[in-house]
Amino acid sequence: MAIETEPGTLQHPGGGEPTGAKDTRAWWQRPAIHTGVLGAVIGYLVGYYLGRAISANYQQISTSDAHDIAIVLGFLFLVIGWLVGLGVFNDLLRHMAGRPMPDTEKTNGDAAGVARYFRVTLDHKVVGIQYLIGMIIYFCTAGLLAMGIRTELLSPVHHVFSSSTYIELVGEHGTMMMMLMTSVILGPFGNYLIPLMIGSKRVAFPRVEALSFWLTPAAFLILLAAIPLGGFHMGWTGYPTLSVQDTSGADAYAFAFGLMGISMVLAGFNILVTVICYRAPGMRWSRLPMFVWGILGTSVMMTLAAPILSGGMYMLLTDRTVQTAFFTDNLGGSTYLFQNLFWFFGHPEVYILALPGFGIVNEILPVFTRKPLFAYKVAAAGMVGVALLSFFVWQHHLFDSGINPNMRPLFMLTTEMISIPTGFIFLVGMGTLWKAKIRFSVPMLFALALFFNFLIGGVSGVFVSDTGADTTEHGSFFVMAHFHYTIMGGLIFAFMGGCYYWLPKMMGIKLNEKLGKWHFWLMFLAFNSTFLPLFAVGWLGQPRRVFEYALRLQGLNDWVSISSYVLGFSILLFVINFVWSTVVTRDRETGNPWDARGLEWQVPSPPPVHNFEHIPVVLSGPYEYGDPDAPPVADLNPPVGVLVGALASAETEESEA
Amino acid sequence: MASVEAQASGSGQREPNHGMRIFIISLVLGVIFDALFWFLLSPHMPPGTMTSAAASEQFDINVLAAIAIPVMIFIFVYFGYALTVWRRRPGDDTDGPALHGNARVQTTWITVTSAIVLFLAGFGTYELIVPQGAGAGEGPAPIWTPPGAKLTVAQQIAPWTPGQVLVIQVIGQQWKFSYRYPQFGGFETSALVIPDHTWVQFDVTSIDVIHSFWAYQLGVKADANPGVDNVAFAKTDQLGKITVRCDELCGLWHGAMFDYGKVVPVSEFQSWASSSRVELASITKLLPPYATTYNPTVIPLFRLGPVVKKLGLFGAGGGYYPPQDPQQP
Repeated sequence: MAIETEPGTLQHPGGGEPTGAKDTRAWWQRPAIHTGVLGAVIGYLVGYYLGRAISANYQQISTSDAHDIAIVLGFLFLVIGWLVGLGVFNDLLRHMAGRPMPDTEKTNGDAAGVARYFRVTLDHKVVGIQYLIGMIIYFCTAGLLAMGIRTELLSPVHHVFSSSTYIELVGEHGTMMMMLMTSVILGPFGNYLIPLMIGSKRVAFPRVEALSFWLTPAAFLILLAAIPLGGFHMGWTGYPTLSVQDTSGADAYAFAFGLMGISMVLAGFNILVTVICYRAPGMRWSRLPMFVWGILGTSVMMTLAAPILSGGMYMLLTDRTVQTAFFTDNLGGSTYLFQNLFWFFGHPEVYILALPGFGIVNEILPVFTRKPLFAYKVAAAGMVGVALLSFFVWQHHLFDSGINPNMRPLFMLTTEMISIPTGFIFLVGMGTLWKAKIRFSVPMLFALALFFNFLIGGVSGVFVSDTGADTTEHGSFFVMAHFHYTIMGGLIFAFMGGCYYWLPKMMGIKLNEKLGKWHFWLMFLAFNSTFLPLFAVGWLGQPRRVFEYALRLQGLNDWVSISSYVLGFSILLFVINFVWSTVVTRDRETGNPWDARGLEWQVPSPPPVHNFEHIPVVLSGPYEYGDPDAPPVADLNPPVGVLVGALASAETEESEA
Repeated sequence: MASVEAQASGSGQREPNHGMRIFIISLVLGVIFDALFWFLLSPHMPPGTMTSAAASEQFDINVLAAIAIPVMIFIFVYFGYALTVWRRRPGDDTDGPALHGNARVQTTWITVTSAIVLFLAGFGTYELIVPQGAGAGEGPAPIWTPPGAKLTVAQQIAPWTPGQVLVIQVIGQQWKFSYRYPQFGGFETSALVIPDHTWVQFDVTSIDVIHSFWAYQLGVKADANPGVDNVAFAKTDQLGKITVRCDELCGLWHGAMFDYGKVVPVSEFQSWASSSRVELASITKLLPPYATTYNPTVIPLFRLGPVVKKLGLFGAGGGYYPPQDPQQP
């Protein structure tokens, strides 16, 4: 049966037609961030009181100030209170009570107000902007902590911080970075752009998506709460037995990291289902933009790996509070168990940090070379290959730990095999540059820098994957430099490129190009000047996370520290550019500034509330540059009756139900 | 790829063979830099050649670098060439050629990268097995061992004669390493002294949290897990000083957890060991009997041991549970 009009209900966020009244209360009476904070404070106090009441009779607790049970329960109720205050559960409760659903903000007239950014919302575009701002704030916080680390390392003998403060800085920096990096691209760009790129009016689970964002402020504030609780002193890896013995700050670490794991599962799952189920007619797998492939691979890894993290952190919390012994060797547990759990999550995670970057550069390259993406299928295979292989490499973190020596050749093989699909990305990039007409706009500069940095990061990764060479490199600054090259040099450069490329789309505002070039060159040079010498520092014998090192390495360390300040300044330039362009000058950009073919650029900037007026029909791939015969990427206004296939059958089922 | 493209571009003048140019530039640079690296730098690469393990690690790093250098040069040259030659000319707003792929280039790329990777995995496996685990901790049941490795307590406490495998138990604690020599009566000392031209077996363990024993010049790195005997091997080839650092974050003073040791001639080692054995005899008898892991709560004080334990009068137990805990299993 052909349909005359598009199904309204099928694409309405929330699943059903709003039947209730419009919400006409004043902003401060509606649930938003301020009620969330109120709920969080009340929740923490309730949880803390409960924990005290439950555990008061344990001799060990009454004779010491070890009140981990109270703290963890406090955090748990804090999160619940925060979510209740934000109104996350309101629709659910209404549904359970059989009350009519309220009119959503999209149809509520105030869809354009600033207040919506401080509320739980069903609009993926609002969630994307929330993520963007949140991630920049987290990134700058964690970056400042890194400046603190480098300041301490200016001298091997004179100390700025106490040994305790130094280790707290190291742990906070590492954990916060690892938490935010999982979502730094998937959160803002994934949530905002995926529906636009696949031709959908919505994501699959808008409430789950909103929840995934609103868990992150809780996770980050709880992680920061470790500092007043005494800090945690075991780095971002949190190996027991040290983490079991540590002060109460370790509760904050485990709780926050586990909570972020839940946020990752929710974010990944939503995008996974969206990409699979919400593609517009004609958006075949062979026409999917490479950014969507990258985010799809990331989502698979997030959905499957992050539960292991949450589980491991939960076990760590019960070890610390109710004295289970999962990780205590002489009571039947094993410290290796935590290392296995942690890295079974941790290694897919580092590819969670790589794939979105690959996706962004593959998206940017064709636009600024004015050529089709070279070897599309190879690029997609690279993304999928990395995502699959990433689950079979984790024990290369444990080459010296004494676990399973006979498995080492296997893990060496799988680890090195990952460089094959990673190499695909280089093949695609290099092929796309072949005989191109390269335009050196700021996004393109960042994309090219990713190849430079990731080459160094990837090749150094082969050095650490070789068990023999790894004996020297494991746990040294060599490894530290290696993963900063892949994460900072790969993911963050791609993130910056994505900001310059997509902010005209997301905010309708173009960032200042001249300041952007300054930002790029300063960041590129300072980044390499910071991390390249660290390979040598590691080879010369400096372990990670030390505050005292060999005197002969002071020259190199000082060079690195000073470079890191310049690197910090370059990030400040970005923030200045961001604030200056979006708040002060507001240089409007409503069209398609890069002349890109991507489906997301075919709608006005910023996109209208429902993304597309009609579900578009995709006619060709997004990278058909240089082909004068290529059809337009999509028909945004398909003739009535053309949407026969999937939508029609869905409509039939809907009407029969 | 170049010839295919030359036809496609259809410009009037003859298109230079870009692929050949890039290949020749990177070949020349690759050979030059590889030669420079191999003859000038490679003998000085970490971690030196003091032991068999260190030498094999240095060889691994050198081989990996010798492969990595031409690969990186090729990619850098390609990018440099592309960004120079194929930049947009001012006023040119046309698109580039609609090139979607090239089966031959793709096949070549995948074949070459796969071949390199498989070679590296085979090479790495060989270099792991043949040098007896390449200095990495192999856990309590090592599978790549030198001849005469001493894997049971009975073997480990039999007196040592030159030429045999020397067993050194490395005990990590917050925040120092101590070394126990079971073949010399089991004395425990903070000095790491090793004889030259000898296979050394490090039995690394911990009494509290996880540490990692990194003897840089020896090329040995093994995590010290409480309750676990992590064994690593190295054969000394040169005299000299050793730097030992803890390589796994172990708490506040992790950064200050380092010490120094030395490799000395066999005769000097023997006289040092026997004099230390005599000097430390009064302390050695208070220590727990030698075992592959170190449990300081085992106290050989006649029948006082259990009493002392009951009173909680011992040091770090490696466990979290104080004795008065109601749930002690």
